[in-house]
Formats: sequence, C-alpha cells, structure tokens
Amino acid sequence: MSVSEPLWRHPEFRRGAHEMVGIALGIAAWGLVTGVAMVKTGLGVPLSVLMSLLVFAGSAQLATLPLIVSGAPIWVVWATAICVNLRFVIFSAGWRPYFGHLPRRQRMWQAYFTADLNYVCFMRRFPEPKPSPEQLPYFWGGAVVNWLAWQVLSLLGIFLADTIPTAWGLGFAGTLALLGLTGSLLSDRATWLAAAVAGCASVAAYSLPLKLNIVTAIAAAIAIGVLLDHFKAPPAPVAVANPGDRT
Amino acid sequence: MSTWEAVIALIGLALITVLTRGFFLLPEREVPIPAWLREALRYAPLAALVAVVVPETVMTQGHLIHDWRDARLFAAAAGALWFWWRRGILGTIVCGTVVLLTLRLTLGW
Repeated sequence: MSVSEPLWRHPEFRRGAHEMVGIALGIAAWGLVTGVAMVKTGLGVPLSVLMSLLVFAGSAQLATLPLIVSGAPIWVVWATAICVNLRFVIFSAGWRPYFGHLPRRQRMWQAYFTADLNYVCFMRRFPEPKPSPEQLPYFWGGAVVNWLAWQVLSLLGIFLADTIPTAWGLGFAGTLALLGLTGSLLSDRATWLAAAVAGCASVAAYSLPLKLNIVTAIAAAIAIGVLLDHFKAPPAPVAVANPGDRT
Repeated sequence: MSTWEAVIALIGLALITVLTRGFFLLPEREVPIPAWLREALRYAPLAALVAVVVPETVMTQGHLIHDWRDARLFAAAAGALWFWWRRGILGTIVCGTVVLLTLRLTLGW
C-alpha cells in the first residue's frame, strides 16, 4: 500500500464495495428486521441505538436480546454471544495469513468490522492465503458498504418499528442473500456434501440452546469435508495451458 | 436489568465482537493454528451459511414444517433457480422476495 494514495481511491476498494452492494440488499433487510426486533422485544429506542452501533453483530444481538430484556445474569448474556460468535473464531484463523503482519491497532479495527459476508466475499476474491497490496482496499470497500447497509437500515428499523408489518416477512431477504452466497461457494462434490451435512445437522440439532446448532453443523460439515479430502487421490499436476502450443 | 447494567452488557458484547472476530488475528506472535483447523477453513463459511439458511427455510418455531404450502419454500426454490441460471446474488434476493410476497399477499401462504 502506498502512503500517498488513500485506500478509497484504490480500484480494489471499488471492487470490494461493488461486490458487497449485490449482497447489501439482503444485509439491509436483515438490519431492518433486527432494528425492529430490538424495539419490539422491549429494549427501548436509546438502548437499541446503542446496541446497534456498539455490538454490530446481528445474530449475537438477536440471540442476547430476550436475555437482556428479561434481566438474565450478565454473564449468561455474554456467554450466549460468545457461543453465537464461535464461527468468527474459526474465520479469524483464516484472516491471519492476509493481515497478520499489519499493526495491531489496525487489525483490531479490521476484526471489529468483519462480518460473515465480508469473510465469504474476501475468500472468494483471494483464495490464495498470501498477503498482497490489493487486499486491504478490497477489504475496506466491502466493510464500509456492509457497515452502512446494516447500520442505516437497522437504525431505520428502530425508529420505524411500529409502522412496519412483520407479516411481510422481510427477514427472509437476508436468508435469500445467504442462499446466493452459498451457491457461489459450492464448487465440487466435497463442498456439496459438506453443505448437505451442514443443512441436516443444523435442522437435527435445532433444539440446542444458544444457537449451538450452527456450531454443530459447522463441526459436522468440516468433519465430512476433511474426511473426503483425505480419501481423495492427490491432485494431478496442473498442466500449464498454452493456447499456441499443440504438441 | 437496570439501564446501566444494560449499557455494561452492551459494552461487553462489543468487546466480544472484537475478540471473537480477531481471536487468531490479534495476538502479536503467530498463534499456532492446528492443521485440522487450517483444512477446516475451506468448509467453515459454507457450513455456517447453510446452517442458517436451511432452518430458516424449512422450520417454524423449532419444528419442521408439515405443509408444503409455505411461501418460503417457493421463494428459496425460485432464488436457487435464479442463482443456478444467472449466478447473481442481487437477482436471487429480488426473485425470491417477489415470489415470497406474491404468495403471502395473494394466497396467504
């Protein structure tokens, strides 16, 4: 990264932002629903605004909301959030090879702003775990769009909570966004199988508390995926395609 | 929970956001990441997405749905078809939402 050029002028910033815009509709709908949910659960407008701006983690917010409102012990609230966020711990290991060399203060901001979809988009764009100068602008392009889409609509939801009919089922737009992203990650037999296992496990373990069915599904899918990788024959050496060369 | 307790809870939650998202990223020295975890990274995001999508589509209040006349099934199918056809996420959302709203508002599914 050159010092003279601000991050947001970099073409990869635009690219990161652009790729996130396609998904932002779903994120925005989700933010709206979360905003409405916070007020309708009884958190009150000021605390809802604070929660949205501070916590910035939709699933953890939705999971801890009823606990905060019902006056559960504070450690239960925190333990719940940690469980729901366990997937981020796994993702954070993925970030290390790309950003581990940066100053810690910068990494802290990055950690705060990396939602699920930032991870998914980034890994799709840079599958090779090696640092390169385009990664930081791409990261921030996506992070800014994600943050804006989420916060603006979440705040809107908080202030309009009483005027939006829940029957419209706008929350499903978030699910549809995730569905599209899932599709973009399905590449071979192993990923399809891992996805099928994750889906079944998540439904089967749904009655577990604290959204632990998500963690169960991740564990099951990883187990089957890694198992398949080990049984597969080692990949054949990649032939370097040379269109002019016909031997 | 009093307002101040709630504020403390929220500040704690913000810290949890940073610490979980930065668990392996924040330490100054490289934390040895177990080999299995490295391999697992390929499947973790996919699994997390599917684990959220499937129950949201086929379950209601903790139970599998029994009635096929559920707008979400058709919305998800429409979205999946769109994605398979055009591979665009925005189109997937729009197409699925149109189907969902149409079925909800006209047939009440």
